[in-house]
Amino acid sequence: MIDLNDEELERYSRHIILEDVGIEGQEKILNSKVLIIGAGGLGSPIAYYLAAAGVGEIGIVDGDVVDLSNLQRQIAHTTADVGIPKVESAKAKMLAVNPHVKVNIYHTMLYSGNILEIIGPYDFIIDGTDNFASKFLINDACVLLNKPLSHGGILRFSGQTMTIKPRESACYACVFDSPPPAGVVPTCSSAGILGAVAGMLGTIQAAEALKFITGAGTPLYNTLLAFDAKSMLFRSVKLKRNPKCRVCGENGITELRDYEQALCEVKNA
Amino acid sequence: MKLIINGEAKEFSQTKLNVEELLVLENVEQPDMVSVQLNDEFLKKPDYAAVFLKDDDAVNFLYFMGGGE
Ligand SMILES: [Zn+2]
Repeated sequence: MIDLNDEELERYSRHIILEDVGIEGQEKILNSKVLIIGAGGLGSPIAYYLAAAGVGEIGIVDGDVVDLSNLQRQIAHTTADVGIPKVESAKAKMLAVNPHVKVNIYHTMLYSGNILEIIGPYDFIIDGTDNFASKFLINDACVLLNKPLSHGGILRFSGQTMTIKPRESACYACVFDSPPPAGVVPTCSSAGILGAVAGMLGTIQAAEALKFITGAGTPLYNTLLAFDAKSMLFRSVKLKRNPKCRVCGENGITELRDYEQALCEVKNA
Repeated sequence: MKLIINGEAKEFSQTKLNVEELLVLENVEQPDMVSVQLNDEFLKKPDYAAVFLKDDDAVNFLYFMGGGE
């Protein structure tokens, strides 16, 4: 355990006065390692809040560079960042908020060959990716390595998230089994997303990570939280593990494979 | 019969109704983009036509959301 110095006591004072966090909880945050996959609409607010909270080591994975069309929602990036790798832009913002955190950047696309090595060192994984191939791969890898995971997905005015403790709570594949057939998938840039919806869901995921680390409250285990910003109705759907789950069930996966990516999802950056 | 669809009670005039028919009645335009939960269990798509609903069944349509970027 680290002893907090005066600067830290002041910086984190609003956490420390929370009964469910306290000095002990803040020390847990300072000692934690969290990986953010995707430095986009979800990853941006997640990066800010984890850095501000003092998460000791933050990894961030993204193979893209900042594009002008990202700036409507990806608040870690500014107009001056267009053209630079998103992970570098996000790292600069995190360190500007809190120079005491360590930020590890991975300027790469995740695939079955590199994901285990990348997620291995982290205590909690956050999915902020924009395609089903990655979302299913991340779930598979987290089940294999027994890593707690926050899943997140957004579309137009809607968002949904669940927190997964592998082999204890329902995993992503318990609910959705496999990626939908390519061609019907509206995840392409054509579907659109209200920028603030990305922020709403990303901050929920950041809160889930901090709850997990500190032990405060109850994570969204066995719960799919879904909202529609048009009506601003939130719904919690109770889930349970599927004993026959293709990934975490009795005959679950033992090795990784890459899922096919729908054509319209292929990056042209 | 009375069904609980996405948490809300709804009355149906049909006395016999399978999940495939329910998807049509509920205007689910892209069944491939939805996962159907019936009383806590998730159904396999090939089973939709064979699974008949009964009074007070709770059905959730959970939509695939692949965005994040
Ligand atoms: Zn599962």
